[in-house]
Amino acid sequence: MNDTSALDRRAVVKTLMSHCPDALVIAGLGSSAYDLFAAGDRDLNFYLWGAMGGAACIGLGLALAQPEKSVLVITGDGEQLMGMGALATIGAQRPPNLAIVVLDNGHFGETGMQKSHTVQGTSLTGVAAACGLAWTLEIAQMSTLQQLSQRINARKGCGLANVRVAADALPRALPTRDAVLMKNRFRAALGLATL
Amino acid sequence: MTAWQESLFGVLKANGVKLVSYVPDAGHAHLIARAHQDESMRAVALTTEEEGVALACGAALGGTRAVLLMQSSGVGNCINMFSLLASGRFPFLTLVTMRGEWGEFNPWQVPMSKATQTVMEAMGLSVYRVDQADAVVETVDAAARFAFESDQAVAVLLSQRLIGRKQWTSEK
Repeated sequence: MNDTSALDRRAVVKTLMSHCPDALVIAGLGSSAYDLFAAGDRDLNFYLWGAMGGAACIGLGLALAQPEKSVLVITGDGEQLMGMGALATIGAQRPPNLAIVVLDNGHFGETGMQKSHTVQGTSLTGVAAACGLAWTLEIAQMSTLQQLSQRINARKGCGLANVRVAADALPRALPTRDAVLMKNRFRAALGLATL
Repeated sequence: MTAWQESLFGVLKANGVKLVSYVPDAGHAHLIARAHQDESMRAVALTTEEEGVALACGAALGGTRAVLLMQSSGVGNCINMFSLLASGRFPFLTLVTMRGEWGEFNPWQVPMSKATQTVMEAMGLSVYRVDQADAVVETVDAAARFAFESDQAVAVLLSQRLIGRKQWTSEK
């Protein structure tokens, strides 16, 4: 099951966050949220613990609301597959400051490592390209993260990167589950009023 | 188009709504067209209604007020995504045109119509229903204030009697 050529997801997210320190970040539920938290908690991270399939559209709403900021959605293949229609919605809007990074381990990691569709024929970069996103990247090497980070920081076109990561069950790194707290600290960090 | 439909657009503008997402319905056609025409607004077509729930939460994180336009059948598509609203106490406003009630021709619209208010309330939304044209502006204005000033999730159901039943055949 383990693909030795696949990347370490924690190292991928840590590297991305070090290259994109100003991005507003939404993390899909499960391992993606743990990876983002393990890279270092910050007020401009929003970790999902549910709402599966919603990460990309949360990112779209945020990108339209904050056009001067880079918005980064970090999610898993299973989460993105549940929200595949969102790629069509995003393709129609194409906010230049939105990037989706799929950490693709080809499995539903949280529930017993069942195979997902991405190891059975589905290419999420193929779907994203067909939906009209401005760029897509298939990433199998750490060195390509530099190019991805430049695109995230440039805000010159919305795109999706599919990063081939190992299907390892890593120790969980659990962020807060209090979404009201996350919402309010996120808004405060942007200088917006909280209730 | 009737007068209340144009007034409804004015209420959304007056409450600072900048993002209008929708899965189309004939009853929302005027609002959708006006949102596309208005340079201060962004209109977003969705592939399924739950995207609009997530979109509104992302917009709220970034300081933009959104509204989701859908018909009653779409409410069922949103149920799990509504958990985002309750968990994060996000401001959320949706206008729902009702099918499957007043003089409905299509029986497939009826089950979700009967469940619409129940499932929204079960997921924690406040639900206001409008049957009379002269109550539309006041109700939507109150719903918008409640949503955006108290961080509440609010739905306004626009009844099929109000919007008019869908015309399937030429009337004799």
